[in-house]
Amino acid sequence: MNIFKRVFQFYYQGFKSMTWGKQAWAVILVKLFVMFFVLKLFFFPNKLNTEFTTDQERSSHVIDNLTNIQTDNK
Amino acid sequence: MIETLDLSTVDWSRAQFALTAMYHWLFVPLTLGITFLLAIMETIYYKTGNEKWKKATIFWMKLFGINFAIGVSTGIILEFEFGTNWSNYSWFVGDIFGAPLAIEGMLAFFMESTFIAVMFFGWNKVSKGYHLAATWLTAIGANLSALWILIANAWMQNPVGMQFNPDTARNEMVNFWDVALSPMAANKVVHTIGSGLVTGSIFILGISCWFLLRKREIGFAKRSILVASIFGLISSLFLAATGDGSGQMVAKHQPMKFAAMEGLYRGQEGAPLIALGVLSNDKVKDHSTRDADKFAFKLEIPKGGSMLAFHDANAYVPGVYDILDGVPERGMLSTTEKIERGREAILTLKEYKKAKRSKKTEEAAVLRDKFMSKSFQENYFKYFGYGYFKNPEDIIPNVPLVFYSFHIMVALGSFFIVLFGLALFLSLKGQITKHKWFYYLSLLSLPLVYVAGEAGWVVAEVGRQPWVIQDLMPTIAAVTNIDSSAVVVTFCLFAIVFTFLLIAEIMIMVKQIKIGPKQ
Repeated sequence: MNIFKRVFQFYYQGFKSMTWGKQAWAVILVKLFVMFFVLKLFFFPNKLNTEFTTDQERSSHVIDNLTNIQTDNK
Repeated sequence: MIETLDLSTVDWSRAQFALTAMYHWLFVPLTLGITFLLAIMETIYYKTGNEKWKKATIFWMKLFGINFAIGVSTGIILEFEFGTNWSNYSWFVGDIFGAPLAIEGMLAFFMESTFIAVMFFGWNKVSKGYHLAATWLTAIGANLSALWILIANAWMQNPVGMQFNPDTARNEMVNFWDVALSPMAANKVVHTIGSGLVTGSIFILGISCWFLLRKREIGFAKRSILVASIFGLISSLFLAATGDGSGQMVAKHQPMKFAAMEGLYRGQEGAPLIALGVLSNDKVKDHSTRDADKFAFKLEIPKGGSMLAFHDANAYVPGVYDILDGVPERGMLSTTEKIERGREAILTLKEYKKAKRSKKTEEAAVLRDKFMSKSFQENYFKYFGYGYFKNPEDIIPNVPLVFYSFHIMVALGSFFIVLFGLALFLSLKGQITKHKWFYYLSLLSLPLVYVAGEAGWVVAEVGRQPWVIQDLMPTIAAVTNIDSSAVVVTFCLFAIVFTFLLIAEIMIMVKQIKIGPKQ
């Protein structure tokens, strides 16, 4: 058996013979689905990556944000 | 942006980050600590060939597996939040965060996916020595993985080894080793990992005592208690020593946080340590009179504060009002002065940006040279973040929350030393099965160790407010200007999902504990 097949078998048999992990795996899979296919896609866009196309635009936007303050001390 | 910023966005973003981080920290310390205890138990099995140690190792490994599997990836949500809620911050920190997090990601993926698999699936399939090596490497890998995020956090508490680039608005790493080996990072790493080791030990101690309480698995429980009490006692003493080091780091680099930890409003030489105290809410909120005594009740240890901060009974420790008003004779600038200097740094950056956009090349070059000059960096850019505040009082953190969290953490840390000492004494005397009260005490310690860990993070993170990056970037400048209702929705969503996951974990964990170790 070649190395890749042996590694695959090792993991496959390992997961298959887990007597305690069924519920845990269900929870993990639901969690990962919610995280990456619901939260990340619909609720957590990377603001700078989605609104700007170049690093120059991003840095310009951040400098605008950082320097746009009231400068009087009243 | 700052003038149009809805402040509830800042509050909700902070609350969401706190919720996620605290939830994440329910899983991490057990992973950090229990892996070493597994490795120790398996080493005893490897050396003695006694199957009882193998049985113990497999049982605790199962509980570790549940905790690891359900806790895995919860930290990634924090990265989602950086990109959405804290976009200014995530851009500003630049490659300071990029490098450590990339190393962490690679280490975590390769070490954990490889060695954890061998650890779980490799019994009777690989040699004993190879399996033992995998268990040790899992423990080392998990802790190495944590190291990098702690280095990044330490940089936020004490930014070193970088240079701000006014063209890109990013901090660029000048010296990787200054970042990775800063005293703040070294201390944070050992103290945080120490708390994980204590958590793992108490977890095993508490659950073993549950078996004794049920009069089940007596031999297994006694063996587990012996290992947990020796390892726990060493870890809790180590935790106290590194906590002392952390106190010194905070006093040196974050004096306001130290003042909040101690409820110290007026500094002095030979400052006392508040052993026990109750702050008066009204007095804490009132800064008009600069009344130094904010306590309704307190018990002091004379000169203890100076000892804690500088290991010198007569050292000067500044209080909240000294930091606000400044102490010229000690070279301490007032916060008003820092605000002025911060504004100067922000204005210079603004003028440079304007000149660059207007293609005024010569003017831009002059302004850039001014901004990047050593004296401007040391005297103005150093206080960049102060420029966002209107009043000096804005830089005071939530003193009661920091004060009580710190004292809860220290009290529980001291209690754990006594608990492990007792466990070891009773184990060595062969009397561990004769004291029911000790079982209850150990079981009670299970939630308390999590309270202590979370309290520690409250001290670290709330204590440095209003800063995201100490002196350079406050939360109001770090946050993305988005509608707060979007953050409220995800906050509620997280609260529901996290609660569900936590209940699921506890149920699965309890079920496995009730089954007990396999014969």
